[in-house]
Amino acid sequence: MDQALSQLCETVRAASEARTPLLIRASGTKDFYGNESSGALLDPRSVTGIVDYEPTELVITARAGTPLAELEQLLAENGQLLAFEPPHFGANATVGGCIAAGLAGPRRVSFGPTYGGVRDFVLGAKLVDGRGQLLSFGGTVMKNVAGYDVSRLLAGSMGILGVIAEVSIKVLPRPMSHRTLCFEMTETAAVYKLNEWAGRPLPLSASMWHDGALYLRLAGASAAVRAAHHHLGGEELDNYQADAFWASIREHKHPFFEGDAPLWRIAVPSTAATLSLVEPQLIEWNGALRWLRTRQSAEQVRECAKQAGGHATLFRNGDRSVGAFTPLTAPVAAIHRRLKAQFDPANIFNRGRLYPDL
Amino acid sequence: MDSPPHAPSPDKQRSLVAALRGFLPGDAVLFREEETRPYECDGLTLFRQLPMVVALPETEDQIRRILQLCHEHKVPVIPRGAGTGLSGSALPHPDGLLLSLAKLNRILSIDPRAQTATVQPGVRNLAISEAAARHRLYYAPDPSSQIACTIGGNVAENSGGVHCLKYGLTIHNVLRVRGLTIEGEAVEFGGLAPDAPGLDLLALVIGSEGMLAVVTEVTVRLVPVAQTARCIMASFADIGEAGDAVAALIADGIIPAGLEMLDQAATRLVEPFANAGYDLDAAAVLLCESDGTPEEVAEEIERMSAVLLAARATRIQVSNSEAERLRFWAGRKNAFPAAGRASPAYYCMDGTIPRRRLGEVLKAIQALEPKYGLRCPNVFHAGDGNLHPLILFDDADPDSVARAEAFGAEILELCVQMGGTVTGEHGVGVEKLDQMCSQFDRPTLDAFLGVKSAFDPAGLLNPGKVVPTLHRCAEYGRIRVHGGNLRFPELPRF
Repeated sequence: MDQALSQLCETVRAASEARTPLLIRASGTKDFYGNESSGALLDPRSVTGIVDYEPTELVITARAGTPLAELEQLLAENGQLLAFEPPHFGANATVGGCIAAGLAGPRRVSFGPTYGGVRDFVLGAKLVDGRGQLLSFGGTVMKNVAGYDVSRLLAGSMGILGVIAEVSIKVLPRPMSHRTLCFEMTETAAVYKLNEWAGRPLPLSASMWHDGALYLRLAGASAAVRAAHHHLGGEELDNYQADAFWASIREHKHPFFEGDAPLWRIAVPSTAATLSLVEPQLIEWNGALRWLRTRQSAEQVRECAKQAGGHATLFRNGDRSVGAFTPLTAPVAAIHRRLKAQFDPANIFNRGRLYPDL
Repeated sequence: MDSPPHAPSPDKQRSLVAALRGFLPGDAVLFREEETRPYECDGLTLFRQLPMVVALPETEDQIRRILQLCHEHKVPVIPRGAGTGLSGSALPHPDGLLLSLAKLNRILSIDPRAQTATVQPGVRNLAISEAAARHRLYYAPDPSSQIACTIGGNVAENSGGVHCLKYGLTIHNVLRVRGLTIEGEAVEFGGLAPDAPGLDLLALVIGSEGMLAVVTEVTVRLVPVAQTARCIMASFADIGEAGDAVAALIADGIIPAGLEMLDQAATRLVEPFANAGYDLDAAAVLLCESDGTPEEVAEEIERMSAVLLAARATRIQVSNSEAERLRFWAGRKNAFPAAGRASPAYYCMDGTIPRRRLGEVLKAIQALEPKYGLRCPNVFHAGDGNLHPLILFDDADPDSVARAEAFGAEILELCVQMGGTVTGEHGVGVEKLDQMCSQFDRPTLDAFLGVKSAFDPAGLLNPGKVVPTLHRCAEYGRIRVHGGNLRFPELPRF
């Protein structure tokens, strides 16, 4: 173990003994997300750097403090990418924060091999637990069923189980070709069409509907992209414009995301009907992700999401005291409390960030 | 391994049977030896143990009552699907109840618009694809026991298949699992909406070998059937060059739908049996498949052929018909039965290694053959580095059995040294408990035990599997794992 890592373990051990709450935070690009937490600042950026990257293995291993932009740049130089297209929400986002937040971008729901969220691409992780021990889960190979899949559990865990020190991520080749198409369409028609297209072998890699316009990104073998464009029609954006467009959706720079109205992230089955709350809306993931700007109460928004078969997260702005995430059922909450107690017996990590009692 | 002399107390057995019969039909509770004998092992037959009782519920409510009863009386519960597993995950407990989920075999719904299917745990893997076929959809993970294995078992093992390089494992294709805790409480993991709130417990439950919850319902993602598929069969004069060719394909940005390798010992073993047309002079044969639209496949086959030739393939053949494509695969799919014909017994290993180590590991395995005096042909999922060395031995000869076990253990240790894992897709079960001691340090193993107790504080669900105790690891070196015989030898295996 090198000095930065052993220092990290030592800090955690001391905090554990003193029962000092810790707030794990690198550059703070995702401070807005989740519930508020407090504690002595633990900045994992001292644990940094690419540990291993062999493009033909389709795996990259990096320390948590590695800038996400640096990792993505290295992949791009080798014709590869992170298939879950994570948002950065700021210039200095780190790999650790990306995994802990577990947020995926436009490519989250698409056909075939590129399908998946952050956890689908996590192969292994090193974690400093609440006793200050460095634990090593999973590995760097594609198939691994030795032991429980704790490394995937860390994706979206909001740092409540420990400090992610290192992570191995499956990467994919950059598609040979991509095209973005635009269609004029109502919300109902767009959700209908997206689900229909997803059931066919088409190289869909992203979709976005807002204000009467549907944007579709095709990506894959050039023959497949060409054939799909021919089949679907639509107006083509030039590639430069298209890249900027999808970046604006991923990073919430699109005008829809401006202003201080609460931003709700409503996840529903992709075929769900139009939401009962009539408010400004932006739809991604073939209909499965519906961003809503509304000042309605949390109860109303959550009830609306529930009626649609999904759940609602208060993503940005508004009063976080209502709880950023949808409450869990009693037996699942009990498992959460026991897991938290196992990994963090002194209850020091990111108290309350995921749920008030964790 | 025969059943140890341990037998359950007759009183305990009698009272459990009486209580179960209070809510289960008589034929759903088995306890006489002739009735429980078929459940004494799973696909790994050298570990055998009679259960105290076998229960065959038909509804979730019956499962709930069974679990409540067992929890109250501290009776271990061992869930079981079709019993095709290869690591002894479903090995019964002498004082336990074996919970067969085979009767929960209904497909509850298929939603072609959402491309999902919701099924009971006892539904066979292939049955889902058959039911979805009329919508031109299928369930992608295809473990080669797919005609018999159940989706509940696939969830327990995180099963793969030959197409998982491109289409993912069970974990990538299951959206939601409904289950019961050992206390009998209903729990939902994941959901039809993405990113279920809270920790991703679904990621823990998939691959947990029945130790965290009993699966009662599974919703899977279906994918559109590809319009066409073609396969390249490429020969190589050197096993290392074949391994480099795999890396070259990936480096060129290609993710083949299937990428499998057989070494010369394996092609010579299967050819007389399968007549696949393999090049028997080649040191290794690579099968490389492309699927998609006809245009896409034509483009990809051309690129793959160019890469393989540049990587020193000595011969290339592209399938020109579906019949020919299936013939190329026939040898690969029949490797296990062929091994069963060529040798009295064989022991299938399941390590995974970084792809770049393929040539090195295969040569090391070849070098071990004289040491143990046993042959070891290799078939494997080259695309994801998952090896299936087949150690051929004679199960009637105790010395041969002991050498096979030692050979297998050395191969697994080699996989760990190479930065890989002792099991890519068959699970730990009871078979690889010792090698878990080599792959993980004690604090990490203790964390696994912590996960187990967070779901099952009483430690009654499939106890003793997957995570070795401190004592077990201390003993490792003296106690050796037992080589396995396969049940269902007629099933192709991967």
